Amino acid sequence: MEEAVKEIIGESQDYIINMGPQHPSTHGVLRLVVSLKGEIVKNVEPHIGYVHRGIEKMCESITYPQIIHLTDRMDYLSAHINNEAVCLGVEKALEIDIPDRIKIIRTVMSELTRIQSHQLFWATFGMDLGGLTCFFYGLRDREKILDIFEETCGGRMLVSYNCPGGLMYDIHPNFQKRVKEFIKYFRKTLPEYDQLLTGNVIFRERTRNIGRLTLEDAISYGITGPSGRASGFSCDVRKHEPYSAYDRVKFNEITFSDGDSYHRYLARMKEMWESMDIIEQLIDNIPEGPYSVKMKPVIKLPEGEYYQRVETARGELGVFIISDGNKNPYRVKFRSPNFVNLSVLNLISRDFKIADLVAIGGSLDLIIPDIDR
Amino acid sequence: MPFDIYDFTSFTQWIDTSLRNSMSPAGAVAVEFLIVGVMILLFYAVIGLFLVYAERKVCAFMQNRLGPNRVGPFGMFQTIADLVKLLLVELVPIKNADKFLFNLAPFIVITASFMAIAAIPFAKGLHAIDLNIGVFYVIAVSAMGVIGVLLAGWSSNNKYSLIGAMRSGAQIVSYELSVGLSLITIVILAGSMQLSEIVNAQSTGWFIFKGHIPAFIAFVIFLISSTAETNRGPFDLAEAESELTAGYHTEYSGIKFAFFFLAEYMNMFIVASIAATVFLGGWMPFHIGSWSGFNAIMDYIPPFVWYLLKTFFVIFLMMWFKWTFPRLRIDQLLTLEWKYLLPINIVNVLIMAFIVLMGWHF
Repeated sequence: MEEAVKEIIGESQDYIINMGPQHPSTHGVLRLVVSLKGEIVKNVEPHIGYVHRGIEKMCESITYPQIIHLTDRMDYLSAHINNEAVCLGVEKALEIDIPDRIKIIRTVMSELTRIQSHQLFWATFGMDLGGLTCFFYGLRDREKILDIFEETCGGRMLVSYNCPGGLMYDIHPNFQKRVKEFIKYFRKTLPEYDQLLTGNVIFRERTRNIGRLTLEDAISYGITGPSGRASGFSCDVRKHEPYSAYDRVKFNEITFSDGDSYHRYLARMKEMWESMDIIEQLIDNIPEGPYSVKMKPVIKLPEGEYYQRVETARGELGVFIISDGNKNPYRVKFRSPNFVNLSVLNLISRDFKIADLVAIGGSLDLIIPDIDR
Repeated sequence: MPFDIYDFTSFTQWIDTSLRNSMSPAGAVAVEFLIVGVMILLFYAVIGLFLVYAERKVCAFMQNRLGPNRVGPFGMFQTIADLVKLLLVELVPIKNADKFLFNLAPFIVITASFMAIAAIPFAKGLHAIDLNIGVFYVIAVSAMGVIGVLLAGWSSNNKYSLIGAMRSGAQIVSYELSVGLSLITIVILAGSMQLSEIVNAQSTGWFIFKGHIPAFIAFVIFLISSTAETNRGPFDLAEAESELTAGYHTEYSGIKFAFFFLAEYMNMFIVASIAATVFLGGWMPFHIGSWSGFNAIMDYIPPFVWYLLKTFFVIFLMMWFKWTFPRLRIDQLLTLEWKYLLPINIVNVLIMAFIVLMGWHF
């Protein structure tokens, strides 16, 4: 015991502080053991598992439609996209053709999910840097999307709107009208975000050249999503391996080459514009038809291994299912973007100040339940 | 009783003479001390409570919210309810803390802000003490608060607190220079350090208008550096909620926390009133050249209303900063002071001295 204590405290002579599990800037129960030298970060050691619920293990004992509801609870800000990943995986295994109506509704919902996730990112990133007003502006606009979700499927955050073979319910008659209203509103309010934060001198000074992630590191660590694309890693699954209705829309993959906190932030801001473009292309073209394909009452996947990846708001989510032909999977593994993105934190925040650690952590936009699963 | 709302000199003198007539000189001084002390305490409490309420309302206004609106009309009694809660809340004892220093720190912080308020002229003839080195005194006394902050961070045996306290020490000691120099710019213009003289010298025009560009630059620098000195706004590194949880007062609870909290708001009030006194003419009404009708109406407004209006204008500016800007980093904060504000300030003082020497000011 004593030796262990010596190892932790005595030898290194570092000033060690525990950020978390209860800390305002970790956005959840992430514990960072930070070694400091004065204000300068020498080492960051993430300790995870405070919200480990064994989701992957639980999946082995429940049926496929039930798994959907567990995936909501991983990355709760991309709940709809997580659902979609499992549904697409199951549908691919069963070789079901999904009608256009379902594909388009799923895509629109996914993009709305992405926008609200980035809005919350903007809100909390501003808060991490000390601009508390951002938090309220972000939540104000996010509320409008959550209202659309609520009207569509009853859920606001954990929507559980997908199910294998289609959707749980049909869209609300107001859906198209309200989405269009929102797009019109948000095109006006998004420049407000830039006025408040992006153009601010203090904000730029705080984020530029902070936590630079090179392209090589991004690829070797497997950093995906806006964080990876800010380093120039073209990794958008929507472009490279289109699913749902992404093959029929035009949008740009936002990439930068700098890879610092500022560009990770900028990538998300620009993605919101792209998401709005995607929605506008699809919202008027929802064909009539059923909202779900007739499925067998008990879904059994044929024996084999299935992998489906989707682009969540934070990166690439992979769902790996091994089926032995039963109604529940033999093994399930989620490749969660946040877990992978966390792994780079130590690398890029070393030798920066403790205030920068907060900025870098914020710019990676980590969702802790997705790390722990 | 010669009570005049525009000039308190005769009123305070009347109190003094009637006290001296009725008791021994030592007794009269003791009673005067008591009166002034109680008045300042009451003023302190009322202003402190009001400022907390004002900040919450202003912040709510900036953030598309309503702010407190449940307790009393427009939530006016919310801060009183909060105060009652803070008084009743348990004082959590801290293990391995330096008990004596831990308990002493909040008193040092609050005493420093108490002492500064004594020198401020609220209206004509209404100030506790009119020192001939008033500006100097206020700077000296308000700098004492940093000792309390450092002690609080050191004695509470918390790593976050220590970082917060060290940051705060570096910050306040640095920005003290800018505050001092920007006030000296005006002292040169006024030719006096006595706050009442400075106010009287502005009867023909506020110094911010009188002193050409240097006075305006000094005002801006004073605003920035006094915001930094009170640990507020974009310079709240000592507390830095998202980095250090609550910085130096993390371990404090109940009334001891309330002391820190109140001291922060009172410091804001003090620097705002110094800004109002030195740059914006103190309790002097706003006059425009030869518009005698307009000037007469302005004169009709009592001096302490003018004083409060100007002070709250400056306080509003400081709140506006706080709720708009993100926080600076510690090295950027020190760079701003030592590489930008201080050189500008020194040049500014020289320019002002030159202007005064040549008699170019209005």
